[in-house]
Amino acid sequence: MASTWSKIAAVGVAVIGLGAVTAWALTKPEPHPESFWANAGTPDLAHGEQLFWAGGCASCHAATGAEGDALKVMSGGRALPSPFGTFHIPNISPDPNVGIGGWTLAQFGNAMTRGVGPNGEHLYPSFPYGSYVRMSPKDIGDLFAYLKTLPASSNVARPHELGFPFNIRMAVGGWKLLYFSEAPRVELASADEKIRRGQYLVEGPGHCGECHTPRNALGGFESGKWLAGGPNPEGEGKVPGITPSGPIGSWSEADIVNYLETGFTPEYDSAGGAMVEVQKNMAHLPKSDLEAIAAYLKAVPAL
Amino acid sequence: MKIRMTAITTAALCLGLAAAAVAQDNPVAKREQMMKQVGASVGALGAIAKGEKPYDAEAVKAALTTISTDMKVFPDNFPAGSEVNSAAAPAIWDNMDDFKAKSMKLASDADTLLASMPADQAGVQQAVQTLGANCGTCHQTYRLKR
Repeated sequence: MASTWSKIAAVGVAVIGLGAVTAWALTKPEPHPESFWANAGTPDLAHGEQLFWAGGCASCHAATGAEGDALKVMSGGRALPSPFGTFHIPNISPDPNVGIGGWTLAQFGNAMTRGVGPNGEHLYPSFPYGSYVRMSPKDIGDLFAYLKTLPASSNVARPHELGFPFNIRMAVGGWKLLYFSEAPRVELASADEKIRRGQYLVEGPGHCGECHTPRNALGGFESGKWLAGGPNPEGEGKVPGITPSGPIGSWSEADIVNYLETGFTPEYDSAGGAMVEVQKNMAHLPKSDLEAIAAYLKAVPAL
Repeated sequence: MKIRMTAITTAALCLGLAAAAVAQDNPVAKREQMMKQVGASVGALGAIAKGEKPYDAEAVKAALTTISTDMKVFPDNFPAGSEVNSAAAPAIWDNMDDFKAKSMKLASDADTLLASMPADQAGVQQAVQTLGANCGTCHQTYRLKR
């Protein structure tokens, strides 16, 4: 009898062990190998700066209220409220000790596109690698080189303040298993080059969907609601939908371009909330990119 | 036909008066109307800036005057508790002094422009930029989409 029980117990332990191994295998951090990043080529700093603005780096990583040149000091320190707790934005200035000055391109690229930190740990998806995963190694290399040219800051950001179970980094592996994918957000039947460029900017570096797509209780995008708008993930109010059936449905592509350039709607209302900073970032992009974004927003499913 | 038109006109007039009456008692309606007026004024300047309308000194003056007049009294229409069913962010009441200062900043920018009237399309373009910078700065913190 005792031996039967011990056999059952042994099997039980084995099952649990196997489960743990499987769970680990399914949810462990998965960076690209060093070699993946070896062919990024010679960095193009001017293009890196465009990606800096397209990616909205300054809107989180610059100090609160920063304007002008201060927007290029990636000191971190801003608080990003969320339903899971408060994230404190890290320093990504070139400081070798508290910034990313000591990082390799592989470390930076794996943070950007795999959500894996420099020590192989999962990063929280409040850092929008779920969007940046679509960026090409060349673009990652250009951006990394540009960030290295910015002023160093010695600011040390506070650790995140998250409730249980979100404070367990391992749990991010489960989130990734459910929601992390580099697949296109929408399949566009007849996408010309301009629309595909817009898709890259909106779904990738621009990470527009991170606010403009509603999320479920686990922080994943609700399926079939790409860019449909929803509650403001950072607090009060809501974020408008930006598909052809949202409030910008009546805008022409030129209206969308003008809004991203100037912050004015066709009725001369202005951008508000977090979009104010986003618009100022987007105003740095070449007009052809803004036109591509507008074309893509006209091509996505109306929701 | 004529009677019908008169009836419609009268009805429209009554509705208009009713709306105006509501706007006078209701701070939310009043401040939203001011924002619409300011938006329309910036729009009038924007049309000139973009070359959609020819430069017109009277129109520029009227637009700047409306902006200045409205923005000087705009923050008076935010009594405690009036964020309900409006786009006003609760942050307004936490930072009333800053909110008032931002409103006054737009009014004084308009006054400065009135003092040295933009004389041509290029001047109006500059004016729209100066005035427009105020919109986002304030809406970033103090307006909510609901």
